[in-house]
Amino acid sequence: MTESIETDVAIIGAGPAGLFAVFELGLLDIKCHLIDILGKPGGQCSELYPEKPIYDIPGFPEVSAQGLVENLIKQIQPFNPVFHMGEMVERVESLGDAEHPKFRVTTDAGTEVTARCVLIAAGGGSFMPKKPPIPGIDAYEGRSVFYAVRKVEQFRGRRVTIVGGGDSALDWVLNLHPVAERITLIHRRDAFRAAPHSVNAMRELVAAGAMDFILGQVSGLKGEGGQLSALTLRKESGESVDIACDDMLPFFGLTMKLGPIADWGLNLHENLIPADTEKFETSTPGIFAIGDIITYPGKLKLILSGFHEGALAAQKIHRYVYPDKRLVFQYTTSSTSLQKKLGVG
Amino acid sequence: MTKITFKDAAGAARTVEAQDGSTVMETAIRNAVPGIEAECGGACACATCHVYVDDAWTEIVGKPSQMEEDMLDFAFEVRPSSRLSCQIKVAPNLDGLVVTTPAKQG
Ligand SMILES: Cc1cc2nc3c(=O)[nH]c(=O)nc-3n(C[C@H](O)[C@H](O)[C@H](O)COP(=O)(O)OP(=O)(O)OC[C@H]3O[C@@H](n4cnc5c(N)ncnc54)[C@H](O)[C@@H]3O)c2cc1C
Ligand code: FES
Repeated sequence: MTESIETDVAIIGAGPAGLFAVFELGLLDIKCHLIDILGKPGGQCSELYPEKPIYDIPGFPEVSAQGLVENLIKQIQPFNPVFHMGEMVERVESLGDAEHPKFRVTTDAGTEVTARCVLIAAGGGSFMPKKPPIPGIDAYEGRSVFYAVRKVEQFRGRRVTIVGGGDSALDWVLNLHPVAERITLIHRRDAFRAAPHSVNAMRELVAAGAMDFILGQVSGLKGEGGQLSALTLRKESGESVDIACDDMLPFFGLTMKLGPIADWGLNLHENLIPADTEKFETSTPGIFAIGDIITYPGKLKLILSGFHEGALAAQKIHRYVYPDKRLVFQYTTSSTSLQKKLGVG
Repeated sequence: MTKITFKDAAGAARTVEAQDGSTVMETAIRNAVPGIEAECGGACACATCHVYVDDAWTEIVGKPSQMEEDMLDFAFEVRPSSRLSCQIKVAPNLDGLVVTTPAKQG
């Protein structure tokens, strides 16, 4: 499905930097859409350390990473940002020129956002599925090895092997069971880090003979032309067996990878985007970058730095979005017009 | 000072000094030991600090906690000697510890 959207700024990455940028842009009447491959906003804070306390957010002697994200979401609510979660930005194409920039941002789900400016707040890169180091796996990816399920129907009548013991593995065991010819779950131990009701449902299917669960780890793949026919399983005993299968779905969690950003025609320095410290604009006019993804002399990968960078980027973005409007500096404490935008006072 | 030896998958070894009270993962990062990524910075949330504890040391180092065992599900080629190095605290009784990093972390 292709969705076509027009907005002022497309923000790539909904980590703390991307979220707070919505606030700074919103004060300047600039509308935003945020896109993130994760299922929920918060970036590293939500994905890597939600329960951990953070001690260096100004004004918060202690706040949990998830608590900070929840506060940021509440803080930007008055500006009604639109979130496109679970989608990875694959392409950023220029439709304008240096004076009047305009971009089309396309996701892997087919969403197209046309925006005056792009703000890259991609942090450590996209959170992408970990790929198991099984020899030759690359040749099967996209044809019979999948790290995510987009269409359930694709697995109708197939012998599907799911590898892993977390919620993703268990959820897909249960969701694909009705369509697949046979589901085999492979996990290294007889314990699961998943919702107990999913684990129980899986065990009931196994007990009823409706699917298989085998203890072990996948060590090899067999097939031809990208189509799997079997996988080799090393059991706990050290013995290896082959299991017939058409498709394999490994679920080993996520890791940060730079991803498609490298293809967008930007200057990169050691996988980081160099940005100027006045406007946080990249080598492409109209494309801005803030947060962990950028580099400049003295850059610190701190949340507070990302906040500052967003505030400065917003000033220059304003000039592109409202070329004829003069920007007047105002405080939220005393400006009645800012307070109106925030829905207070 | 406590000394720890890191071997890579190919067998190359490097011995570094470790601060008591820190973790084996922090020791690796501080000394730029390759093969430990530690994406989550020690929050037991990424499994990219996976190591195999040398046979002679498995008992002294001990078994993973429940949370760590769960997280090991997201590591590759897990063995009975597998541990997440951010969950191993350096102490004088670990002087001489040998761990091996896996071929791939994440
Ligand atoms: C364990 C740990 C503890 C930390 N403690 C602190 C601390 O105490 N204080 C502090 O200030 N900082 C701390 N940090 C660092 C802090 O979390 C980062 O500086 C911050 O998260 C960076 O924010 P960001 O918005 O730039 O990027 P991120 O939080 O990395 O978010 C970027 C988002 O962009 C998405 N993305 C990237 N590319 C794409 C794409 N092509 N399409 C779609 N989405 C994409 C990613 O999926 C991700 O969700 C800590 C980090 C870790 C790991
Ligand atoms: S550093 Fe992430 S689990 Fe150890």
